[in-house]
Amino acid sequence: MLFPAVAAPPSNDDCLACHSDEVPRADGRKIAPVGPEFAASIHGQAGASCIDCHADLRKAELPHAEKLARVDCSPCHEKPAVEYAKSWHAEARRKSPASRAAVCADCHGTHDILPAKDPKSRTNHFRLPATCLTCHGDPAVVPTATRVAKTGDPSHFGDSIHGAALQKSGLSVAPNCANCHGVHEIRRLADPESTVNRPHVPATCGSCHQKILTDFETGVHFEAMKRGNPKAPVCIDCHSAHEIRTPETAAWRVGVIKECGTCHIDLIETYRDTYHGQVTELGFARVATCADCHGAHAIHSPKDPASTVSKQNVLATCRKCHPTATANFTKYDPHADHRNRQRNPLLFYTAKFMKWLLIGVFSFFGVHTLLWLPRSVQARRVHERHVHHRG
Amino acid sequence: MTKMATAPEGTGEVFYRRFSRTDRIMHGLLFSSFLGLSLTGLPLLFSDQPWAQAFARLVGVRAANNVHRFFAVVLIGTFAWHLFRIVERLFLKKDYGILWGPNSLVPQPRDVREFVGHMRWFLHLGPRPKFEHFTYWQKFDYWAVFWGMGVIGGSGLLLWFPAFFAKIIPGWVFNLATVIHGEEALLAVIFIFTVHFFNENLRPEKFPMDDVMFTGRVSLSELKDERPAEFERLKAEGALKALEVPPPSPELRRAGRIIGTTAITLGLVLVTLTLYSLSR
Repeated sequence: MLFPAVAAPPSNDDCLACHSDEVPRADGRKIAPVGPEFAASIHGQAGASCIDCHADLRKAELPHAEKLARVDCSPCHEKPAVEYAKSWHAEARRKSPASRAAVCADCHGTHDILPAKDPKSRTNHFRLPATCLTCHGDPAVVPTATRVAKTGDPSHFGDSIHGAALQKSGLSVAPNCANCHGVHEIRRLADPESTVNRPHVPATCGSCHQKILTDFETGVHFEAMKRGNPKAPVCIDCHSAHEIRTPETAAWRVGVIKECGTCHIDLIETYRDTYHGQVTELGFARVATCADCHGAHAIHSPKDPASTVSKQNVLATCRKCHPTATANFTKYDPHADHRNRQRNPLLFYTAKFMKWLLIGVFSFFGVHTLLWLPRSVQARRVHERHVHHRG
Repeated sequence: MTKMATAPEGTGEVFYRRFSRTDRIMHGLLFSSFLGLSLTGLPLLFSDQPWAQAFARLVGVRAANNVHRFFAVVLIGTFAWHLFRIVERLFLKKDYGILWGPNSLVPQPRDVREFVGHMRWFLHLGPRPKFEHFTYWQKFDYWAVFWGMGVIGGSGLLLWFPAFFAKIIPGWVFNLATVIHGEEALLAVIFIFTVHFFNENLRPEKFPMDDVMFTGRVSLSELKDERPAEFERLKAEGALKALEVPPPSPELRRAGRIIGTTAITLGLVLVTLTLYSLSR
């Protein structure tokens, strides 16, 4: 042999000689055992050796040093490793050595790694949210402020329609974290290449909600987004991301109006002047909200004949709630503005008249009352004295 | 000491009929429906206010709507009854006194004189006018309510049955009706719960309330003091004796007090919320 003889690398049996149970060391401390979970794990089943992962022990003298090198999964799992390297988890680690961003073992485990198909696996479709939430539900690891924004609190995912479908109904088609965020290549919201970055949100949601994506792509909001308008709403603005509820509940129906109103300020103001707007503000949802007239995903400009409120379609839209409505009925302006003389002159002057009627009446009687008051006090005093004398 | 304590039962004070039983029932229907309508209508007008939202949560918007419409029917019915009584008095009883003269609510030259005289009295520039059966401010109250019934009732009906009315009128009328219904309601609420309350109940001479609308009777001293011209006329006509009634029973007075105080309190709460919300 041309090479010098070396000691054979330790076999699994060599390792388990110490790591089979909590054998005390000379100083009394215990050696961490590698239990039967390794034998049951995918690596154990495949006949992997300890040193396949703990490569630094290949040539180490036993007993080895207490601190081992971090296991590198990439030699075997090349593709996931390449993807992971592009993720925010990896980038955060590169940026700060103190980062607690997830590495392979945080999600997959160590000696007990099971294939994702196994219902007990940490990365099983139904168990993944709990795995992600060990960090993303813990303010000590991921601060609340950075994870809870408009997208809703990820720890509330279980209460969302997706979380309930996944965990209560056990639907395999229900999405977990990875369906939206990706698996190994999870990128930050702000990363333009992220699946949850604003311009990518419709496509991400549309990977399941295909028909809605098709509708949305015909609407004004999608068009505005394509033009690069940063305020253009995407799915998550109305639906949130982690707290998505069924849009049939009263709370959702009346709540989403405020979302439309964050951009359409003048329209929500005039809407609140109407009966529809007033009762929805009081929490009553069985009247027309924004989406009932304008649509939700395929919203078009009223000038567009395809719009639900275009000249051609508005009567049919009113008739959804007012089945006996006539063409006359549609001359009602659901966004009439009594402050706008150009748009609603008659309403403008009516409101002016009413305002001055009120001012006139109350000025007159205000003065009348104020002048009367001292006289009335006086009259009462005189009267009481009179009664007193009589008594 | 309140004014009413000056003429307790058994002091031998004489009482005269001012309002008939029907008048009092109608006023009862009027104020209870008005309170119900205000209570269930104001939260809509101030739907952005926390108190309105709390009310909506407590009562429910649907229930409040139903109550509003129930009282609307009561009030429209009362108004129709009133109109019917006018027609009856004019055309069946040929009682033209309601068109002109002391028992009429139609504004007349003496109202202008009394108004000017009252203002002069406020300013210590003259004697207190000798008022007749109805004063100018009571006539204003009457016509304000009369106009208000037509305006609020009419616009309210339009908004209740928009699809029906849109068969004959264009939809933009509902825009006007919305503004008119709300603003006129605001006018009515603030007017009744401040000016009317002050004039008839809360001003120091009457505080905390005048129970004539519940008992229907005024004492001789009240009649002489508040409406001397009416007293003189009735005496001259020899009509006083016919109007004489027994003093109101303590039960009637107590009932009047309880109902009246409740109504006034509710009204004051509502007008406080209204003025507070308007100021924000």
